[in-house]
Formats: sequence, C-alpha cells, structure tokens
Amino acid sequence: MAERPEDLNLPNAVITRIIKEALPDGVNVSKEARRAISQAASVFVLYATSCANNFAMKAKRKTLNAGDVLAAMEEMEFERFMEPLREALEVYKKDQKGKKEVSEQKRKDKEKKVDSENDKSREDDEADEEEQQQCMEEEPEEEVEN
Amino acid sequence: EEEEEEETPDAKKSISLPVSRVRLIMKSSPDVSSINQDALFLTTKATELFVQHLALSSFNNGSGKDSNTLEYSDLAKTTEENETFHFLTDILPKKILARDYLKTLEQMQEEEEEADL
Repeated sequence: MAERPEDLNLPNAVITRIIKEALPDGVNVSKEARRAISQAASVFVLYATSCANNFAMKAKRKTLNAGDVLAAMEEMEFERFMEPLREALEVYKKDQKGKKEVSEQKRKDKEKKVDSENDKSREDDEADEEEQQQCMEEEPEEEVEN
Repeated sequence: EEEEEEETPDAKKSISLPVSRVRLIMKSSPDVSSINQDALFLTTKATELFVQHLALSSFNNGSGKDSNTLEYSDLAKTTEENETFHFLTDILPKKILARDYLKTLEQMQEEEEEADL
C-alpha cells in the first residue's frame, strides 16, 4: 500500500494552533518554522511508535497498548509527558465508558419497551392459553439477540 | 482563519490532532501489527505535548525572542543543543551557506585520499 508523502503529514492548521497556544501571546511563527515543527511531529510519531513497538514485542504481544506508549516516552526521555498523559488517559477512558453506557442503556431501554408490551398482552389474555404460548416462544428469541 | 471547535465538556481535555491521521503514520512503521485505542489516544496526545514542548523550548532558547518571532533557526539551534531532540537532527539541520558546505566536502575528499595512500 503506497502512501503519498502528504498523507503522513499532520494538518497544518491544527499544528499552528497548538504552537500558538504554547507560545506567549502575540508571538509570531515563521512559515518555515511551522512546516518544520509539523515534520518533526510526524517523525516523533514514528519514533514513539517504533519505541513502543519494541516494548510490545518484548512482551510477545502483537497489539500496542497504553503501557507501551508510556514506556516509550520514558525511553525517549520525555518523562515530563508521562503525568499529563496519564491524566488525559483517565479522562478519555471515563468518557469512553460513559459513551458505552449510554449506548447500552439505550439498547436496554429499547428491549424493556418491547418486553413490557409483551407483558401487557399476557395480562389481558391470561385466560387465553394460546396467546400465552406465543409470548413464551417470543421471549427466548429476544435473549438470543443479546 | 477561523475554525469551529466543539465545546463539549469532554472536548476540553481531549485532543485536536486527527486520530485517524496519527494512526496512518503509526501503521507505516514496520513490524507494527495493531494498535489499541488507548495507545492511539496516548500517541496523539503525546504528539501535541511534543509540539508545544519543541515550540516553547526553541523560542526560549533562541534569538527569536528579540524579534518576537519563532524562526526555523531557533528550532535547529535547540535540536543541536538539547539531547532529547537529537532524533530530529536530520530533519532540523542547521543551515549553512552552499559554498561552506562544498568546501567541507572538498576537505573530506582530500582527507579520504590521503588515508588511502
């Protein structure tokens, strides 16, 4: 799979914004400096990935995980990043968990709704055995969908 | 140029760089099979921290402070002087005049020829 060189670059607008936010107010950044920092950032990703991958391979894993990336930072002598990274990861994980719960809750609510509709018909036709059987047959199907 | 940002509560501590692009770069690294979501997030975030760190260090360390502009030369200077940035040596080299470089090349060639003799 051939990647064009541009594809391995990071978007200039975002890079510029990050630079501006890091520097004191009113400081300018030359175009050349901006471009160079963007390239440096791409090289950083490659270096960090390669480093993290070494840790994963040492542990005989095929998937890079968070621990590998943190270990890479230490290896690269960017210990200053580790605490902010850990904090950001916590927030990220909580956020991911929240999103997952929201979508699971929506799914549960949906099922509850269908369940209650089945219960209702069961109550109305308590005397009618045939319909009761129908409902009993339907229930197992719903559980399989889980 | 103005850009719109989503000001959702979680967006404050999250990231600006596109995760998909970072993933593309990571995948271009040889021997990398797969990357878990947390690792991808951390790498993206680390890259942002790196950009901030490189920019600020270069600005503080360089002569750009006088002109209130961060210049390329500030970056090259910091790369040379700061060990943690040495991996950037090839892409942030100090600039020299072409004639000085050619002179250096000539000198190197002469030294090699003398060594061979």
